[in-house]
Amino acid sequence: MTTPLLSVDHLRIAAARTGEAVVDDISFDIARGEFLAVVGESGSGKTVAARTVLGLLPPGLRRTGGRIVLDGEDLATLSPKRLRALRGPVVGMVFQEPMVSLNPAISVGAQMAEGLSLHMRLSKKEIRQRCLDMLARVQIRDPARTFDAYPHEFSGGMRQRIMLASVMLLRPKLLIADEPTTALDTLTQREVLDLMVGLARDHGTSVMLITHNLGLVARYAQRAVVMQKGKVVEAGTTEQVLTTPREAYTRQLIDALPRRATGIARLAVGEPLMSVRGLKVEFGGRRQFFRQQPGLRAVDGIDLDIRAGETVAVVGGSGSGKTTLGRAMLRLIPSVAGQIRFRGKEVPEAADRDFRLSSQLVFQDPYSSLDPRMRVGEIVAEPLRHVAQLAATERTRRVEKMLDEVGLANFANRWPHELSGGQRQRIAIARAIVRGPLFVVADEPVSALDMTIQAQVLKLLERLQAQYGFACLFISHDLAAVEQVADRVVVMQGGRIVEQGSRDDIFDSPQHDYTKALLAATPMVDFAKPEAARVPA
Amino acid sequence: MKMRANTAIGGFLIGILFATAVTAAFWTPFDPLKVNLRARLQPPSALYWLGTDEFGRDVLSRIMAGAATSVFVSVLTVTFAVIIGAVIGVITGYLRGWTDRIIMAVNDALLAFPGILLALAVMIVTGANKFGIVLALGIAYIPSVVRVVRGTVLSIREREYIEASRVIGNSELYSMARHVLPNSLAPVAVLATSMFGWVLLAESALSFLGLGVPPPAPTWGNLLAASRPYMESAAWLSIAPGICIALTLLGINLLGDSLRDRLDPRMVHG
Repeated sequence: MTTPLLSVDHLRIAAARTGEAVVDDISFDIARGEFLAVVGESGSGKTVAARTVLGLLPPGLRRTGGRIVLDGEDLATLSPKRLRALRGPVVGMVFQEPMVSLNPAISVGAQMAEGLSLHMRLSKKEIRQRCLDMLARVQIRDPARTFDAYPHEFSGGMRQRIMLASVMLLRPKLLIADEPTTALDTLTQREVLDLMVGLARDHGTSVMLITHNLGLVARYAQRAVVMQKGKVVEAGTTEQVLTTPREAYTRQLIDALPRRATGIARLAVGEPLMSVRGLKVEFGGRRQFFRQQPGLRAVDGIDLDIRAGETVAVVGGSGSGKTTLGRAMLRLIPSVAGQIRFRGKEVPEAADRDFRLSSQLVFQDPYSSLDPRMRVGEIVAEPLRHVAQLAATERTRRVEKMLDEVGLANFANRWPHELSGGQRQRIAIARAIVRGPLFVVADEPVSALDMTIQAQVLKLLERLQAQYGFACLFISHDLAAVEQVADRVVVMQGGRIVEQGSRDDIFDSPQHDYTKALLAATPMVDFAKPEAARVPA
Repeated sequence: MKMRANTAIGGFLIGILFATAVTAAFWTPFDPLKVNLRARLQPPSALYWLGTDEFGRDVLSRIMAGAATSVFVSVLTVTFAVIIGAVIGVITGYLRGWTDRIIMAVNDALLAFPGILLALAVMIVTGANKFGIVLALGIAYIPSVVRVVRGTVLSIREREYIEASRVIGNSELYSMARHVLPNSLAPVAVLATSMFGWVLLAESALSFLGLGVPPPAPTWGNLLAASRPYMESAAWLSIAPGICIALTLLGINLLGDSLRDRLDPRMVHG
């Protein structure tokens, strides 16, 4: 390679007000056609660094030093006008949140055409044709219809494809993808990333992939840069970084990858604690204004037994009905048919007191599952309201013990907003466990967390389960996490169970095609045979 | 720092207002109702600090006495409208379904009706007195509180911590009172402060139309109304109550902002 396409040289970015360094003296290059991954946890400065390349620093941040040379031009010396001309044809960006990065008020076609008409002299007809071709290229089934449709008509994965298509239309030399698939499920993630890599290869585009997922790095990137607290801690080829990391932090990230627990999975026997037969849940179809379809069957006849103390994982892509199943099993949403038996007793549609008090739910998003106006202590104490004859001192003692067990002793007087995502999730877990439930539904409990935090929270869940002996329905699209915690695995597709079995059976010899596809799409780091540099330059 | 300045200035202005209202109950420089035809329309002087009106009544005394009435009417009206409006708003937003549709249809009809006309209609039934004003303006302002509270409740009730409360085994009523209501009140605090201003002005407007607190009892509204014919010859008559209304509104708005920040644990920092 001759001169690199992008060269970031001793870049420093600081908060304008406090002078605190956000990006602290980082340097890296991206060669033409190269696929570079920037790895780091939230707050490591990776997004800020990427935005600087586009000249789009968030307000309140200032560049305090260093140079960025893009395609032979020093960004600092460019006029705003020239900078605007670079965005699009030279650098394109795909954002993390596909649900909000398209303008809901403008049709897909108009948004795609915007860039083309701005940067290229083309006739209306040519623009339309190019858009249609590109939509077909990203495997959207009906390009002509999509062109005239509005963003809300599409799922997250489809929107991310549209986003990718509109960015790649301009054939940028550099594509910055900021956690482009974090919000998507495993299968969709695979599809979108494969498309992205294919497109980049077609156009000779370099890709800067920002991610926290080492599995993706292993699968797609040729080189990786690891960032922590604004600094580059390690850089090298993917293989070097993943198999022979030099720095402790990289080591830590790799260790945080979920691994199959050693030892034999618990195979509980005896009477099931919870037994579900023929459960069906429908949505819509009722008097709703804009939806005319008859009920959508989200859960379609599920039979499932859960024994005391075991962890049953429910896996599947988004829309497979796994979340609905969890809610319906807790009798939080009405079912149209089926039976749930808990400890041999039938649970009626309006859950009885006994069942309500012995079952709990841990939510996916720790940012919205805690009441922002209650202190941590009050949140954890709230379930104890329903424990009969509990003296105030005893209640305080139990709350303190629980907080201590989730590693947050002395946090009782804090507010939720003062805590990090991982700490909040610990509080949510503490709230779920404090009353000593027999059955806990954990709905994607770690998917909103950073890798190292995920590992900690999964360990915490396992430890608490060993200690308190509750049964757990672990809902997840992340097979890597499932492999670490589950005793049994249930694979769902379209509201039905397509396969179930012990963890080892499912992971080692999947039978159903859907299970195989899910497993193949799961980004995992195979240390014996690194998949690095799969994408030819 | 900015927040503290807001609180201090707002608190100072409102403090003066309440002090004036309380003082006026016991003492004013002159009897606010005493007519003195020999001292008609006198400009501000050492004796009459803010001058006298067309009947020779001391303006300062009348403003002090008016402060008590105006504050009483405004505070009571806002409290009335906020409490009733918040309860209706939470119920309609939380229950949804037919309850919601019926209540909101009535509410929207009331909203579409000009508030002051609605108040006029109520005043005609109740007659012109303090409580009539409170009831009339209260009813006129309830619909906007309902709208705001219902909107917030609709978004709050979908949050996961409400579902978490249900999983814990809390009753719907408890979830509403403990989780939904406190989280829906921030916009109401802001609305209430601006409402205070509207009520003060509406009370002036009603007085102006002869339907407010009946003369000769002074309120800021009827002081302003009575000053209109003398705007050119005796400007002090309108300037003094006008400044009082403006400063009160400023104080309330500043205090309202800091109240909202105070109410939100996320905003309380060093």
